[in-house]
Amino acid sequence: MMLLRLEPRAEASRRARVLAPFLAAALTLVCGGVLFAGLGYDPLVAFHAFFIKPVSSLYGLGEVALKASPLLLIALGLAVGFRANVWNIGAEGQLTMGAIAGGGVALACPQGDAVWLLPAMILAGALGGGAWAAIPAYLRTRCNASEILTSLMLSYVALLVLSYLVHGPWRDPQGFNFPQSRQFEDAALLPILVEGTRVNLGCVLPLAALAAVWLLLERSFIGFQIKVLGLAPGAARYAGFKETRLVWLSLLLGGAFAGIAGSAEVAGPIGQLLPRISPGYGFTAIIVAFLGQLHPLGILAASLLVALIYLGGESVQLSLGLPPAVAGVFQGMLLFFLLGCDVLVRYRVRFGKSRVTAPTP
Amino acid sequence: MNELDLAAAVLAATLRAGTPLVLASLGELVSEKSGVLNLGVEGMMLTGAVAGFIAAAASGSTALGIAAALLAGAALALLFAVLTLTLQANQVATGLALSIFGTGLSAFVGRGYVDATIAGLPPLAIPGLARLPLIGSILFDQDILVYVSVGAVAAVHLFLSRSRAGLVLRAAGEAPEAAHALGYPVIRLRYLAVLFGGAMSGLAGAYLSLAYTPMWTENMSAGRGWIALALVVFATWKPLRALLGAYLFGGLTILQLNIQGEGFALPPDLLATLPYLATVAVLALISRDVRRIRLNAPAALGKPFRPPA
Repeated sequence: MMLLRLEPRAEASRRARVLAPFLAAALTLVCGGVLFAGLGYDPLVAFHAFFIKPVSSLYGLGEVALKASPLLLIALGLAVGFRANVWNIGAEGQLTMGAIAGGGVALACPQGDAVWLLPAMILAGALGGGAWAAIPAYLRTRCNASEILTSLMLSYVALLVLSYLVHGPWRDPQGFNFPQSRQFEDAALLPILVEGTRVNLGCVLPLAALAAVWLLLERSFIGFQIKVLGLAPGAARYAGFKETRLVWLSLLLGGAFAGIAGSAEVAGPIGQLLPRISPGYGFTAIIVAFLGQLHPLGILAASLLVALIYLGGESVQLSLGLPPAVAGVFQGMLLFFLLGCDVLVRYRVRFGKSRVTAPTP
Repeated sequence: MNELDLAAAVLAATLRAGTPLVLASLGELVSEKSGVLNLGVEGMMLTGAVAGFIAAAASGSTALGIAAALLAGAALALLFAVLTLTLQANQVATGLALSIFGTGLSAFVGRGYVDATIAGLPPLAIPGLARLPLIGSILFDQDILVYVSVGAVAAVHLFLSRSRAGLVLRAAGEAPEAAHALGYPVIRLRYLAVLFGGAMSGLAGAYLSLAYTPMWTENMSAGRGWIALALVVFATWKPLRALLGAYLFGGLTILQLNIQGEGFALPPDLLATLPYLATVAVLALISRDVRRIRLNAPAALGKPFRPPA
């Protein structure tokens, strides 16, 4: 009866899993073109401003790396949890807490030439983000409370705490009453790696995390347990895998990674504490994790693409006067199309009438 | 103003602050009763808010604004339903996508309307009753959506607990295979429940942008969509309790604003964390009772269902 039918595959298709993100990206482009045309812009001009112009200089390429870094780092941590059915969606708050902790260390140490200052800031960021993620972990494992809602609620709290700090006790006395901390000393700033860009030492951290998460997920027994817990919780329990431990592990890892990303943001391109230190990296990283099919290498590619979308949004704002929110629309579309295309991984799509015939007598 | 009048004003404000939560959590409750967890409430709310505001600003009619918000919320819910019910996508991931998309879309569409002003929904005093001392000004001098929200709670309560259709809807959420085997159209029921949830979220958004604070600002729902999701758990999937919970949270918001207004020593940013922290605390307390949650939560909540061919 239906024109489009789904036939379950006996085994998930690897080829479809790799192809689905590309198909989703292509569909997003088509829809984006229609959107631009509908707004009265020549799609080709708009696409050029969106996707080509931002990366046509060394500086622009550096900006992609700079924006991809926090996305990659956070998405890697989240992917570990998502594989285990642990839905930490409060990475934005964990990033903010990491920035507060890292920034707090920088502000507390005015004698600004100690070599240990940067490592201490990054460590503080990891601890801050991890501590913030420990709350949903505790509430899920002890009180059975959904980590989706608690981690998200705590994001709002973290942003308000940051706002309080930069409006109140940490405000720069010489800052003309602007809500911002004083600028960090040079020793609290990550050194620039590539002349002519803003790429800094912090951009190396996500690559190290990439290797670590790949080993954890693809080559370790814990990674296997995580996979089983996500795909078949009953089997995991039967096999005696400790769900509580895996929940704690994934939330702490996700929180620590997000916290490091936060402290690397304030020690990198920002250089002080502001009321808002992330353009929603914590939420966008959820898209990155899914777009990368929860696989470390896929996430690397996805983080670069989504970073480019951020830059494209800024670029069309400058050259065409479109609002930067267009980036959010593109990111949302991309994820929708991916979720739709993912149907191909588990099902064969058949057109035409059902060919199942009644058994002949 | 004497203290009695102040108390009445606070209670009336509490009802208004709670109303968007009533509407959104009621819609989500129906969707979850059918077995579908839609985490996109925040996105549908924001899209409803911006659609309602634009329609009202362009036409000068709040009624058209409300209609636009209902449609916008339902349209996003339809997208969610196609992905999760027809294409079998993961409900949690799709709901998150919907929230992210709705937030971006509303900011994008509403960019030209940030400074616009509209008349806002006027209070609708119920003749006679509104002149009752105290109670009149609290209960019967509100805008029409406050009455609608209370009526909707009663209607959904009766629908779910007393009607045959409500029973079938609950069956779709408890035991979809059995409901399907009995010949009930599980997928179609779930579609309808999700669309209802989306329309109610859109209406909740319209309440924010047309009545509560008649204006549009980016992200104006400020997490209310997520609080509404928590309220469904808090209410253990019972409409009347959702109403109570929504007013409790509304009261907390008003209390927090009043404390700020009284000039207490606590910084406003820290006071503003109160509703969020309360949500976390309430969730933790309610969820501790695993048996009660298991007993009340729809058994097939969040699980995809594909009718056997």
